[in-house]
Amino acid sequence: MSNVVSLDSIFGLGELAPPAVMPAAPEAASGCSSSSCGSSDGPADMDPAVWEKVKNHPCYSEEAHHYFARMHVAVAPACNIQCNYCNRKYDCSNESRPGVVSEKLTPDQAIKKILAVAQEIPQLSVIGIAGPGDSLAAAGKNTFATFEMLQKKAPDLKLCLSTNGLALPDHVDTIAQYNIDHVTITINMVDPEVGAQIYPWIFYKHKRWTGLDAAKILHEQQMLGLEMLTSRGILVKVNSVMIPGVNDEHLLEVNKAVKSRGAFLHNIMPLISDPAHGTYFGLNGQRGPTAQELKVVQDACEGGAKLMRHCRQCRADAVGLLGEDRGEEFTADKIEAMGFVDYDDEARRTYREHVESERAGRHASKAAAQADVRESVGFTVDPILIAVATKGGERINEHFGHAKEFQIYEVGPSGAKFIGHRRVDQYCEGGSGDVDTLDGVLAAINDCTAVFVAKIGGCPSKSLADAGIEPVDRFAFDYIEESALAYFKDYAERLGQGVVQSRAGQDAVIRTGALTARRA
Amino acid sequence: MAYKIKSAECTVCGACEAECPNIAISLKKGTYVIDPAKCTECQGQFDSPQCAAVCPADCCVPA
Repeated sequence: MSNVVSLDSIFGLGELAPPAVMPAAPEAASGCSSSSCGSSDGPADMDPAVWEKVKNHPCYSEEAHHYFARMHVAVAPACNIQCNYCNRKYDCSNESRPGVVSEKLTPDQAIKKILAVAQEIPQLSVIGIAGPGDSLAAAGKNTFATFEMLQKKAPDLKLCLSTNGLALPDHVDTIAQYNIDHVTITINMVDPEVGAQIYPWIFYKHKRWTGLDAAKILHEQQMLGLEMLTSRGILVKVNSVMIPGVNDEHLLEVNKAVKSRGAFLHNIMPLISDPAHGTYFGLNGQRGPTAQELKVVQDACEGGAKLMRHCRQCRADAVGLLGEDRGEEFTADKIEAMGFVDYDDEARRTYREHVESERAGRHASKAAAQADVRESVGFTVDPILIAVATKGGERINEHFGHAKEFQIYEVGPSGAKFIGHRRVDQYCEGGSGDVDTLDGVLAAINDCTAVFVAKIGGCPSKSLADAGIEPVDRFAFDYIEESALAYFKDYAERLGQGVVQSRAGQDAVIRTGALTARRA
Repeated sequence: MAYKIKSAECTVCGACEAECPNIAISLKKGTYVIDPAKCTECQGQFDSPQCAAVCPADCCVPA
């Protein structure tokens, strides 16, 4: 089966072909069951019914996000609240943030686009409606019309929607009726005093409300909607925008409140703020958090509602794996030119079977690598951060110069854990590197000890080493977590010998600008 | 007595169309317009004109 649809043929690795023989997964170590090893997101950690719902959903399972693609259809332009971080007048295809979209679609156009994309991208597993306004504003008419048609035309695709929650309690029954298994609510506060600094107004029961009244109504509706969904067994992800000085510490309370109401995941995202976006926050100099500020809040919430750290803050019309956007390939004109596209799920079924076989055995090999580190290193060495250039499939399979983002892993005696990603400009374009871009890459991964790549040129390699970040290409095409653990074992040894130094205390810059790069 | 939409500022989101109690708002040539014959400024229906209250661009104004 793996020869039918290999990840590499899908990803078009070209000259960077992987070795013909992959190293065999080591035997599982005794005395360490996968559930006690803190592996994130694995089937061993959750109820089988929940795992079945999330295993192919890139936004709900960190593991799935390495394998599966999502698609947002922009059928819901109307909104019922105003947020200080949003200005929907601004529309630019060079921008990547929620609320922004280039082409609004009617439900009919959306269905046609979905069928066309499904044909081209076998990794597609999820169709979401995330705006560009609120999916449930204007009575959710377009949202539900799209889902109703989709359920009939492409039953293998999962449906999900995202909302600010204001109109949610009115629509919970409809959501359940359309088998929408996943709902995301953006909850930035549980205290109206905090909310009043984020939301200038809401439109509710035929009236525009402002100030504390607005925030209080929104808060009550959000909590009610969350409780109604979880009591029906619908998985809820809560998104929170971290706004330094406004709700940063408050997010711990948000985390507790949503956990107690049954939220499945909590996704704390950095504020995207730039004067050019024309938002209230952007124009008033409100800054977003640094990478370490974000991590501190995320780490403080660990142990509460489960955290999601792989969010890419996609546009409301994003297409592809998280971290890529192939929307340009599927504009209305291009879809129109494709003519009639029929439903055919064979390629997707084959791909999903292939992923199942890839995943089998990974838990054992991760556990073995971790046990090895524990035995040889113990708990005396602090964890380190590693930046990874990857195209997906949980492998180190991207050239340094071609990376549009780096995935960040924290690795130590407790295992290797995905903790986030850093967007960068592609360093190498048209065969030559750009020095300014390289500085941006260095700033984005400055808190990392090493960067894992499939391949890297001599020049950037030297710049990285000079900056104290070790470029590592010896794990090319291997699995990320096992390689990270092997590297950590070696690092701990060298640290003991005084050959390398710890990078504790370094911070990095979160780049929130455009994700303009397309997969070549 | 009617409202109008300043088309240069309209984002064509359609929030107003969904709220109008008189079905006075429709999409014409890529922009939303209010039919003055049908618009009542929501008097006797709501506290304030619904289109103006929901509009994110604040572009629904007295004609």
